[in-house]
Amino acid sequence: MIPRHLMIGVAVMFVIVLSMGFYLRHLSRAAAEMQRLAADTRPVAPPAVGPTETVTLYVADDDAGALRSQPAQIPLPGGRQQRAEELLRALLRIYQQPDSPHPLAPTADIRSIYLIDPGAAVIDLNAAFADQHRSSILGEQLTVNSLVETLAFNVPGINRVRILVEGDTRETLAGHADLTEFFDISAVGQAVTQAAQ
Amino acid sequence: MLPATTIPTRTLAAALTVLVFLAAVPAADEARLSIYSSVATYTLPVTTRTGREYVGLLEVLEPLGRVSSSAEGRHWKLRYNNVDSDFVAGRTRAKIRGRDLDLPAPFLIENSRGLVPVSSLGTLLPRFLGNPVNFHEAARRLFIGDIATQVTAQLDASTPPRLVLNFSAPVNPTISTEPGKLRMVFTREPLVPPGSQSLSFDNAIISQATFSESNGTAELTIAASAPLMASFSNNARTITVSAASQGPPPVGGASTPGETSAPGGMPAGGGTPVAGGTPAPPPAPRRILAVVDPAHGGTERGAALTDTLAEKNVTLGFARLLRHELEQRGFSVMLLRDGDDTLTLDQRAGTANAAHAAIYISLHAASQGSGARVYTALLPREGPDKGPFHAWNAAQAPALLTSQNVAAAVLGEMQKHQLPARGYPASLRPLNNLLMPALAVELAPGPNGVSDLPSANYQQKAAAAIADAVSSVRDRLGAQP
Repeated sequence: MIPRHLMIGVAVMFVIVLSMGFYLRHLSRAAAEMQRLAADTRPVAPPAVGPTETVTLYVADDDAGALRSQPAQIPLPGGRQQRAEELLRALLRIYQQPDSPHPLAPTADIRSIYLIDPGAAVIDLNAAFADQHRSSILGEQLTVNSLVETLAFNVPGINRVRILVEGDTRETLAGHADLTEFFDISAVGQAVTQAAQ
Repeated sequence: MLPATTIPTRTLAAALTVLVFLAAVPAADEARLSIYSSVATYTLPVTTRTGREYVGLLEVLEPLGRVSSSAEGRHWKLRYNNVDSDFVAGRTRAKIRGRDLDLPAPFLIENSRGLVPVSSLGTLLPRFLGNPVNFHEAARRLFIGDIATQVTAQLDASTPPRLVLNFSAPVNPTISTEPGKLRMVFTREPLVPPGSQSLSFDNAIISQATFSESNGTAELTIAASAPLMASFSNNARTITVSAASQGPPPVGGASTPGETSAPGGMPAGGGTPVAGGTPAPPPAPRRILAVVDPAHGGTERGAALTDTLAEKNVTLGFARLLRHELEQRGFSVMLLRDGDDTLTLDQRAGTANAAHAAIYISLHAASQGSGARVYTALLPREGPDKGPFHAWNAAQAPALLTSQNVAAAVLGEMQKHQLPARGYPASLRPLNNLLMPALAVELAPGPNGVSDLPSANYQQKAAAAIADAVSSVRDRLGAQP
């Protein structure tokens, strides 16, 4: 006859194996779901909605070697951060037009903007923005000035801006403009004014 | 009496720097032993007892591994990693790894320090290390393992002649000049003699290169009949010694004397001429060091100006022309790279700052726009200065106004040379890391488009404009100390 304690041991082992099997199945399903979500590039956020507002975009002009201010009407959401993102996306759309005065790659995008108190903004560009940017001091500086100035003019309270690429520090935008430091809004503003003269 | 609080911080910092320097630099006649290994390179003082040279054994082994020692009466025990040894004061016989070793002179104990004769190191150290050592006893230079920096010399007999010294590892010698000689002293580099201790060249200006070693250092001496300059390239693996084409004429057959120490690649030479028994000539005009930086290089190509033309190649040609133009106007010029070398932005700034240059000019090229653009630093939001130390990212701040004045002069000269140009502030490193007036010039296409960029005529026009402008503000630039 099989001893009682052996039967209990086998039963416990059986229960453990069974629960581990269930847990393994659960892990495998979770991994598959994560893979599916990562491959899904469909937009998860609706297009920006909100009242249309008139904003001022500072658009780079390669021929003039300066920025020119350009009013635009765009729908702006309520949140400060979402407003900042929509502003720069509106600016980017101008640069991606066929007749752009300062062409940028069609795949260039603003991944996100983080507003950090007090007064700091961090713009996170996608890799294509930097990788496909034309390499020159003037061209890169105009891009930086345009992003910084547009943000500073339309989103009150920002006094310094940092630019990241794919969430990481990159030494330069495309070989020249230094991205390792915060840009001082007032210094950039003076540079923009000086270039316009 | 001056209250302590009113002493300027800079004065205090300068005094401290001098004190630290004096404390760190060994006296010229102090005997030293240099030890080179893959783990550490270090120099130890050598003491003389009863006419023999001694060195502390603990100090010799400490940088190489775990060491402990204890003194018990006349016995001095030392453990290096797992090797035990026993020395007896006043005796020549020691025991290492359980085996006897005879020293050429008695072992000494002073203040619990065990001293061994320097001449014993060649046989003593392999017992501890388990590796062979190569001891240049007369020069007190000890090489552990197969560590060595080789040097080859090649004379380019162009005008002016250039002696190219290629090293198997980066070097940073102290460079000085004296009449008829340029001396490079290698303190930390395990430099070994080339095939021959002395190389003779069939050249009227650079005639000989001689290797010598003594007192823990190696020395390369270049003999010449004209003032010489040294410049670094290839990540400090190449030193190019060339005759200074615009130096003041030598007096009484001597080259320009006036010793200058030039660590970090500063051109040496260009001192005040000394009249040997002849009336003193009028003082030579002050020579100012300009650093010209051809942007990019090596693996970093810069902008692709055309399918086949890289920015790094245009900037190098442009820089060589600018060097010539500046030298024509009496400047000493250091090119941060004179070949296809990769240099980081920090290396560029560090070299220019260490050389105490009076002006820094970075050269770039772009395929968009026309003419040229002149940039000064757009300083980032800097951290606070710490006392006399400037924040690295805003080191340019005190010199920015002069930089803008120089840039304005360059723009004016470019207009005179019919080269359209505009000035901008730009967040372009290493401009903000430089202590001296600094600007960047970006050459853009001319009337014939991008094909103008590599054109010597087009570059020459821009180089002449820049050199004229820098020359016109010469008095506002600080002289190299």
